[in-house]
Parts: sequence; C-alpha cells; structure tokens
Amino acid sequence: MSKPTIIVVGNGMVGYKFCEKLVAKSSAFNIIVFGEEPRRAYDRVHLSEYFAGKSADDLSMSSASWYTDNNIQLHLDDPIQEINRVNKTIHSLKGVTLGYDYLVLATGSSAFVPDIPGIEKGGVFVYRTIEDLELIKAYAINAKNGAVMGGGLLGLEAAKALIDLGIKQTHVIEFAPRLMPRQIDAAGSAMLQSKLSALGLNIHLNKSTACIAGDHKIEALQFNDDTLLAVDMLVISAGIRPRDELAKLAGLQVGTRGGIMVNGRMQTSDNSIFAIGECALFDNVIYGLVAPGYEMAEVVVAQLMGADKTFHSFDMSTKLKLIGVDVASLGDAFITEPACRTIVFEDTHKGVYKRINISNDGKLLLGGILVGDADAYNMLLQTVNNKIALPPNPEDMILGLRGGEQSEGAGVMSLPDDALICSCEAVSKGTICGVVNDGATSLDTIKKCTKAGTGCGGCMPMVKDLLAGTMKANGQYIKNVVCEHFDYARQELYDLVKINKLKNYDLVLDHFGKGDGCETCKPLVASILSSLWNDLIVKQDTIQDSNDRYLANIQKGGTYSVVPRIPGGEITPEKLITIGQVAQKYGLYTKITGGQRIDLFGAHVSDLPLIWEELIDAGFESGHAYGKALRTVKSCVGSTWCRFGLHDSVSFAIEIEERYKGLRSPHKLKGGVSGCIRECAEAQSKDFGIIATEKGWNLYICGNGGSKPQHAQLLAADIDNKILIKYLDRFLMFYIKTADPLTRTATWLNKMEGGMSYLKNVIINDSLGIAEQLEEEMQLLVDSFHCEWKEVVNNPALRSRFTHFVNAPGEKDPTVKFEGMREQVKAVW
Amino acid sequence: METIIDIEWVLACYVDDVPENGGVCMKHGHEQIAIYNFSRRGEWYATQNLCPHKQQMSLSRGMIGSAGDACEPKVACPFHKKTFSLLSGECLSGDDYKIKTYPVRVTDGMVYVGVA
Repeated sequence: MSKPTIIVVGNGMVGYKFCEKLVAKSSAFNIIVFGEEPRRAYDRVHLSEYFAGKSADDLSMSSASWYTDNNIQLHLDDPIQEINRVNKTIHSLKGVTLGYDYLVLATGSSAFVPDIPGIEKGGVFVYRTIEDLELIKAYAINAKNGAVMGGGLLGLEAAKALIDLGIKQTHVIEFAPRLMPRQIDAAGSAMLQSKLSALGLNIHLNKSTACIAGDHKIEALQFNDDTLLAVDMLVISAGIRPRDELAKLAGLQVGTRGGIMVNGRMQTSDNSIFAIGECALFDNVIYGLVAPGYEMAEVVVAQLMGADKTFHSFDMSTKLKLIGVDVASLGDAFITEPACRTIVFEDTHKGVYKRINISNDGKLLLGGILVGDADAYNMLLQTVNNKIALPPNPEDMILGLRGGEQSEGAGVMSLPDDALICSCEAVSKGTICGVVNDGATSLDTIKKCTKAGTGCGGCMPMVKDLLAGTMKANGQYIKNVVCEHFDYARQELYDLVKINKLKNYDLVLDHFGKGDGCETCKPLVASILSSLWNDLIVKQDTIQDSNDRYLANIQKGGTYSVVPRIPGGEITPEKLITIGQVAQKYGLYTKITGGQRIDLFGAHVSDLPLIWEELIDAGFESGHAYGKALRTVKSCVGSTWCRFGLHDSVSFAIEIEERYKGLRSPHKLKGGVSGCIRECAEAQSKDFGIIATEKGWNLYICGNGGSKPQHAQLLAADIDNKILIKYLDRFLMFYIKTADPLTRTATWLNKMEGGMSYLKNVIINDSLGIAEQLEEEMQLLVDSFHCEWKEVVNNPALRSRFTHFVNAPGEKDPTVKFEGMREQVKAVW
Repeated sequence: METIIDIEWVLACYVDDVPENGGVCMKHGHEQIAIYNFSRRGEWYATQNLCPHKQQMSLSRGMIGSAGDACEPKVACPFHKKTFSLLSGECLSGDDYKIKTYPVRVTDGMVYVGVA
C-alpha cells in the first residue's frame, strides 16, 4: 500500500516547521514541498541580521541535506499555479502536476503596498525576502537619505537595516500618532522615540504621504500637510497581506479583507486542505507572528495523526530588541482604568518605561508594556498566563525588590506545572522539570529531550533557573564547577595546581578530575598552567582551544588569520613593507584592526610557519591575537607630535605592552594610553586605561567594549610611571588568580562583593597582605616571556604539525575557496 | 537480511604522526577523514572531517574528551563547539546532526582506516 501524499505549498518558516514536526512524529506520509523562493526556508524574523553580516546560509532553518535525509521532495523556485480540488491535483509553474491526499497551504503573506501616486518609481522597495534585501543593498550604495514607510515592528526592523547599510539619514514615516501602535501605548512610544532619535533615527509621526515625487526614480516624499522630505530611497513596511490568491482561485472561502478561512482544526472550507501561518484567517484574525504559526503547524500534525487538538486564540505577547532597545508587550497591554488599575514607572534619564495593568481587586496581572528594559518580561508573562496571585506590592514586579531578600529562581519554581516556558516549541514547566527529575543535569540535555530553547532562545534564562531549582529541590548540590570532569571552581583548581606544582593537563586530570576531559576543562587548565608556569603552550597543543593550538585565529572556511605584534601601534616603514610583501606572497587579505595592528586573513594552515619565518626575520613577534592573553595597548600620538599632549603616551604604551605581552589570563586583555584628557586612545573602554594629567597619570581599570560596553573606573590619580606599573601588576595578577573562566575584568568587578572600593583596598592599601606576592608572581611571568612562533619556526617537530593532510603534507585543503572583493580576497563557503 | 560490505583498509599515516589525545586529517580521494589518537584510553577513532553545523572542514582540529558517566568518547568542533560521539557519530549538543564514523586499525606503528 502506498503512503498518503501531503503536499505543502510554501517553504517559509511555518511550512518548514510543519515538515519538521510531522517527520518527528511519523514516517507514514509521502511529503512534497513547493516553494516560490529559490532557497530553503530561512529565518525571516532575524532578516535584518543579513545586513549586519549574517549570510543567507546562517539564516537557513535547515542544513542542505535535511530534506533528502528525511525523504522530503523539495521543489524550490516553483510556485503552485493551480489547485484542482475535484481530481485532488496541483499544477506548478514549471509544469509539475501531482496528486495529493492532503494539501497544506503555508503561503504566508506579502508586504502591503499602499496605493500612492508614484509608488512604482525606482528606489521604492518592500522588505520581505532575501531577494528584496539584495535589491535594497545594491541601491543603497548610492543613497544618502532613506525613508521607511511604517513605524510598526517590521518598519523599525527595516530602519535598522538601512542604518546597517550606511544610509546617513534614515527617516521613519508613520501615519498613526505613535510608533508600534499594535504593541505599545503613547507614553511607551514617546520613550521609544526619544531613544531611537538619540541613536540617529529621524521619526515623523502623524504623516500621511500624498505622492512620491521624482523623475522615474524617487527624489522626495510629498505629504498631505504640504511638507516635503528629500530621500533617495524608500522601503515600504506598512503591514502585511495574506497570500490567499491561490486559495481564492480554487474556490476556497476567504475573508472579506483577505486570509484563508480556517476552523480550529486549521481546515479550510475543503476539509482535505489545511491553511497555516500568516495566510490563515482564524476567528477573523490573521496571526502575524511566528509562534502562533508554529502552533497551527502542530495542530495540523495532530489532526493527521488522528489526535484531537485544536487551535485557540493565541497570546500575541512579544518581546524584541529594536536597534538595541528592548520593547515588550504582553497580555492585555491597552486596557485602561476604570476596567483595571495601572502602575507606571518612567525614567527619562535612562530611557525606561514600564506599565502594568492589574485587576481592580489587585489580585491578577492583566497585561503590560516594557520599553528600554524588558528583563521582567518572562516573569510577567507567566504571571498573566497562569493567573498567579500578585504579591502585596505588585510594583516590585517592575521595580525589583528594594531591600529584603529573595532567593534567585524562586519565581520560576513557583509556577504551576502547565506554565508554558518555551512558547516556540510549546514546552511546559512540568515537561522540563520532568526531564531534570529523570536525571538531566545540563541545558544541552534539556534542549535535546524537550526542544525547549531551540527556537528564539528567549526562554533559556528560565530553563536555566528551572534546572538549578529542580536539582536543588532534589537535594543535588549545585556548585559553580568547571565541568563534569572537575568538581572545582576555577579559582580552587588554580590553587590546587599551584600548590601541587602540576605542569601538565593529564596530571591535573589524574589528581583532581575524572573521565577524559572535554573542550571546556582542557583550555581552562591550559590557561591556568600558562598563568602559573608560562611554559610553551604548543608543548601541550591538543588541550588548547583551536586558535591557541595553531597560534592563529581560525576563520570562516577553515583558514587562519595572522596578527604580528605592533606595540603601541608604532611601526617603521620597513616593517610595513615586510607585512605588505608577506601578504602579497601568500595571497592574504589585509585589514587594520581596532587595536592598531594589521590582521592578515586567509592563510592556509601549512603556510603559517612560512609566513612567521619571514615576519620573525624582519623582527616581528607573535601578537597573541589567538589567545586569552594581552592583546594590544593602544596609544594616541602623545606629546612628541601632538600640540595638546602632556606626556609621551606612545613610549609608555610600548613599555607596558612589552611588559605584559603574552600574559595568559581568564579572558583577553586590552589596554590604552592617552596623552591628554581628549582621550584619543579610548583608554577608558579598556581593561586598563591610562590618561596623562598635568601631574602624572590617571589609571582606570575594568572597562570593556563588546556587547555590553562599560567605562573603566578610576583606580588612582596623578601617579608616576613606577607606581602605575606596580598597581597594574597587582591588578592583573589578582584578576588572573580569582576570575571565573572567560570573564572579562568588567564582569569580574561587577560580581565582586564590595566592588571598586574593595578592589582599591586590595591593590592600593594591600588589605589582603598579598601585594608583594602578586608583584613577584607577575615579575616571574614577565621574565619568562618567549615568542611562541619563534619556537615553532625553529623546531622541525612542531612545524610538522602545521599541515592539513597527514598523508599529503604539501597539499592544501581543496575545499577552501576565495573570491575577489575590492581588489582583495574573501572566503567562499 | 543483513548485507555484508567488504571493508577496504587504507593506510593513513604512522602512529607518531598523530598527536597524543588529538587528531589529524587524512585525504582519501575526494573525502576528508579525521583520525583521532585517544592515547589516554589507548583507543583510535575516525570520523568525517566536515562539521555538519556550518559545513566546515574542521573536526580533526577539534578537542577530544568524554561525556557522561559512561565516558562516551567525543570530539568538539573548533568553530562553535558542537560535540559528536566518536562511537555513534551522533551530535551530543542537542542538535539533530549525525556524522559518519570509520573503523581504525593500528598494526606495526601504522594507522589504517576502514572505508566501505
């Protein structure tokens, strides 16, 4: 007997999710998928990341072989043209005719394009597919001013995309009097607007567009209030329209304002045809979010398996980050007094707006809005959805507890078992705790067993709390240990290795660990060994992270990048020429880094020793860009040339970089030295920053850039070179000895009890009585510095490790490919 | 009925060519095979060199180790630390990937990989 055939029309996120859910449950169906776009289903929710550097492949929902691996026939670039409901067949553009037993319409939606005179002109785009994005990208190269029509969620995403593309002036035009009218209220919108304006976005509310002016291509927007805005391009993001044309043609019932009508089983007016996602109209509502679409897919799978699951109106609560600003809307966000009472918190200084709506009897949370800080979202949502009784002071939910104590995670543990934790995959608290009770002890196991957290990942903090809370409730002892192989925290292990004078990984594992180690504890122990003994790391190359193993940074495609040390950013013309010649000879892409060095990309592993041989001959040393180690000490040009400079910042930066070069630490370390208060070296964004004053130097510590920038804080003012280095020795060594793995100095300080005043006491007043010891330990490391690359280049046995094929040492990896870009190369993969 | 496939044993390299508790990559026609010398346990393993997560030729440069109370031998891809069982090829980081594994035989200081 042949299997029943299911044809899925549409290969978007929901169409893909349907296939994934179906093959996970059953192999009793023959599945065929038709997609209109030329590529596999991709993550449309994160589309703007395409401009921020993600490739189409990164966004893909599945691997290239997923469909064949699961015996699914996939027809891309081939839209269905016609459904014959009498014969139960479909007909595609490319001429494929196939019979079906069940048809699933997942045709999604298209961008709504308003009927404005001139809308057909060049330079006007919609924002929906990767193809749209490519058109926008090509046009944006010659555009200076751009506008987005629509100030909703998608419109603001599109505005971010224009900013990422380097459009100098980006405008958002909204017809309504506020931004994101479906999610947030007027006060929230005002807060969001002021934050976005501060980030350089020009926002125009209450604007209706009369026509698009320009000769063939757009030159300006003409508004109904007789004002004019000159723009070179326009992206329309004014809402969506369900793609129901195919269904209409087949005589299926559609709504008056569009959308394929479905019942709770997601059946259309023909009960062998289902519709799911943004094309489906349930109870007169189009659900334009991905989570309800996934739920619809789940319902259809259940129907096919003979189960009785139906779709109910879906919670449209949402939390997202728009151009770096948190925005969330949950439950009934807009209900107002007298139907409820509202609590509002507004902080225009930090740009935070929070509103919660509570029932008149003060017992239940009905909904809320968060702008600028949405950390409370998960807990608030759970409180609404599970009708949990509010605490006596409901304002604590948005303001946090002020004084008093509460154990962390208690909030999540108090939820009922059927509380939905992961809404993408519909996983309840009970399911997650059940897996932990059955012996799961890691997030990976929970993800594997329940799929929780594999969608948007927003629930992971709650899953983590549930894991910790459940284990604790079961009497399992939770400790901040390195990994399953070592029952110690990093600091404990550091002390044990030191006291016992252990010098290699296997000995450490034999003495204090169990099993055979893993990718977490190996590099961690390697880092401890380096910080203690400063031995050559390539002697134990297989416990090093890949970058440390090959003393270079692995990049896309499997080639490496090379960064020679350029202390303080000072370099002679001769050395510059050498770098140029080496790059030319080995076909490397060159770029100036943020730390005033030159990075050479695209080196084959077998070329690394040859490249370094030439660099070392010219007097270069390893820049340790591959290591959790001191990277650079950035400098401004200082008093030797600058008319404002107070001291010679370059000489001091070189002295400091030479002192700490190669220093291994829990995370990378960066420094900066500025010759005056204008701070051209941006020293206050570094782990240690030094700024010249009239009387000496100010020393700042524990700053960083990265995803959570933090300014360094003043440790000591107006000190001389000698004292400064003494303080730096103590600070760096104290950090190396006590920080958790992969913790930057800023995070280390944030977690430190007593904070900066405690750290000042340790470093300056020697409150722990360890200052002298810290200085001695640092001096030992400084004295035992060696250039790792020099050792490798001069050691044939070590050199021979740098090959791709063990049985064809001269041969390079044939899968590595490059293509041209601006007269250089980039990796193709 | 089970079909029996003849295994061809291909010489890969000398034992000394493979670092202790580490891997190397072997070229076999158009295939790239990662070979691991799990010297801590006196065991040898081989898998495909391609990491299925982001299609990178990288597993031979990954760190090996063990997972769980049963000490399942595993390798971690150096790119994003997806881990795979060296016995079954299954992904241990919660994803649906699976990689190909090959038998390894060591005789007289030579390493052979069995290909079907």
